[in-house]
Amino acid sequence: MSNGALVQISDLTKTFDISSPWLERVIERKPRQYLTAVEEVSFDIERGTTYALVGESGSGKSTIARMLVGLMKPTRGSVHVDGVNPDSASAEDVLKFRRQIQMIFQDPYASMNPRWRVSEIVAEPIVTLGLLSGRDAVVRRVGELLEQVGLSARDAGRFPHEFSGGQRQRICIARALASNPEFIVCDEPTSALDVSVQAQVLNLMRDLQRDLKLTYLFITHDLAVVRYMADQIGVLYLGRLVESAARDRLFSAPSHPYTQMLLDAAPRLDGFGRQHQSDSSEIPDPINRPSGCHFHPRCSRAKSNCAVESPQTQTAGASRVACFYPS
Amino acid sequence: MSDNTAQPLLRVRDLVVEIPTRRGLLRPVNGVSFDVERGEILGVVGESGAGKSITGAAIIGLLDSPSRIASGEVWLDGERIDNLDNEGLRKVRGRQIGTIFQDPLTSLNPLLPIGDQLAETAMVHLSISRAEARERALAALVEVGIPAAAQRIDAYAHEFSGGMRQRVVIALALIAEPRFVIADEPTTALDVSVQAQILSLLRSLCVKRNTGVMLITHDMGVIAETTDRVAVLYAGRLAEIGPTRDVVESPGHPYSRGLMAATPSPSELADKDLRLNQIPGSMPGLLDVPAGCAFHPRCEFVKDRCRNAVPTSYPSGNSHSACFLHDAEALS
Repeated sequence: MSNGALVQISDLTKTFDISSPWLERVIERKPRQYLTAVEEVSFDIERGTTYALVGESGSGKSTIARMLVGLMKPTRGSVHVDGVNPDSASAEDVLKFRRQIQMIFQDPYASMNPRWRVSEIVAEPIVTLGLLSGRDAVVRRVGELLEQVGLSARDAGRFPHEFSGGQRQRICIARALASNPEFIVCDEPTSALDVSVQAQVLNLMRDLQRDLKLTYLFITHDLAVVRYMADQIGVLYLGRLVESAARDRLFSAPSHPYTQMLLDAAPRLDGFGRQHQSDSSEIPDPINRPSGCHFHPRCSRAKSNCAVESPQTQTAGASRVACFYPS
Repeated sequence: MSDNTAQPLLRVRDLVVEIPTRRGLLRPVNGVSFDVERGEILGVVGESGAGKSITGAAIIGLLDSPSRIASGEVWLDGERIDNLDNEGLRKVRGRQIGTIFQDPLTSLNPLLPIGDQLAETAMVHLSISRAEARERALAALVEVGIPAAAQRIDAYAHEFSGGMRQRVVIALALIAEPRFVIADEPTTALDVSVQAQILSLLRSLCVKRNTGVMLITHDMGVIAETTDRVAVLYAGRLAEIGPTRDVVESPGHPYSRGLMAATPSPSELADKDLRLNQIPGSMPGLLDVPAGCAFHPRCEFVKDRCRNAVPTSYPSGNSHSACFLHDAEALS
């Protein structure tokens, strides 16, 4: 398999039970309560490309990431990475799965053990997965990895606190690369960084993708970053994938009203004195999501059926949109 | 208090903030000067550690000990406010300078209904009766666009969503009708669709009341869309100040140039192979600010002079840049 989908996600759903303790439920006659964080999300990621998931808080971006790397079990639906489903695979396949898939987190301060040296942090996947034998080989590999992300092999003996935010994110990238993964899930990797440092990290991630033929799932709320990183973009709203399209198509001709609102609201460098069309509405409570299409209370195109029925996803070429009245 | 309209609303001159530590004296703000006119929004932009928030805190006298204003002057409407005692500062804060911080939940008292917080502020600063203050509180909530304000005036902060809470904080900052407002990253904690609402609300209210605003942010897009003028800070010094459009479109200082080029913009059609411009290195820590121009180790135009002397502010187009590139005498 040289081309084709590396990652296949179908009908992925995650529901959290957020009921009160049973005694309270019995005494106060409260019903059980569920929060649907992700609802019937399906998409494929082609080998060597970047799929970006965009959405505001509560849209289910990070929940999807967690299910993808196997940190959380889906309620329904399935995840396949290179044909392996981590929930039904044999122990041997799960190990292969874990080697192939790595994650970069948002906060480079919280995602490393402050008492470990950089060498131990970067070597951990190599040692745990038993990829190399012999101390010298591991040390050499750690040095290579650090140089690959723009640090120096001498940095291996230092501790995380001796590095700036951007350098720490480079260490996290080196750790993610340590097991030679094919697929990296990046959950808001540059949200905690300053603009000039963000540019360094984004450029590095793109160079690595080209050199190592990596596949990325890139999760972010920042549409400007998406434009630089993504090939294919999925827009999430309250757990549902409302639109999925190739990057240029999504930016030039967004068809879901929520995508249009997001694009309008994003601040632009050339938007001097621009007026936004947005009203005073906000994202509803994910516990009590609106009926029908979740976006209908904020939508200017909503008609009576939008409040009742949930729109099916319509496919047009490589684009998909879940709206009764797309433009 | 003179009502002299000839001078700027806020005038900051050579402001220096020092923090004595065991490892040496830190200067998070090192000789910053700027003015804010009535009805004008001045954006203050910079990366973390540039001294944006400390400049704001110094203006309203909210510096935490042991940091202190070492030298420089702050004038509000012709009155000097940097040397006031606590009692004097209390009369300035809230009444003459309103503040909006990043996290609306920590700016509001969780145990007091929002109406009471608004009314209390109005009573203290405007010497009006409780009933009048409550009326004003309601009017303020209506003005910032809280739906069903009359029913929600006795609600607590936790009962509001993030965007609504930030609206309440704006109402609180503006209820005593201050002449000047400091907004420190007011939308950083909010989602992008809510951010647009809050910024346009802030802008329209301040224009209507002729209030001067200092908007501190790290987001260049927010600066471009919201502010009239912008000040770019780097390592505690002013790198460039000028009309927003000029600074964004033709930045004079190499640092602002790098900052604009590093900012990805959703409106430009980027080639997949196009690289973002990156500035090598990162901002120096306060303990090791380089001699001369603080930006010189990262600057592509660096000359010998930059390593030894600190550049003063030179005119560059419609802006002023602290860079020897714009020193007309040296060029001629």
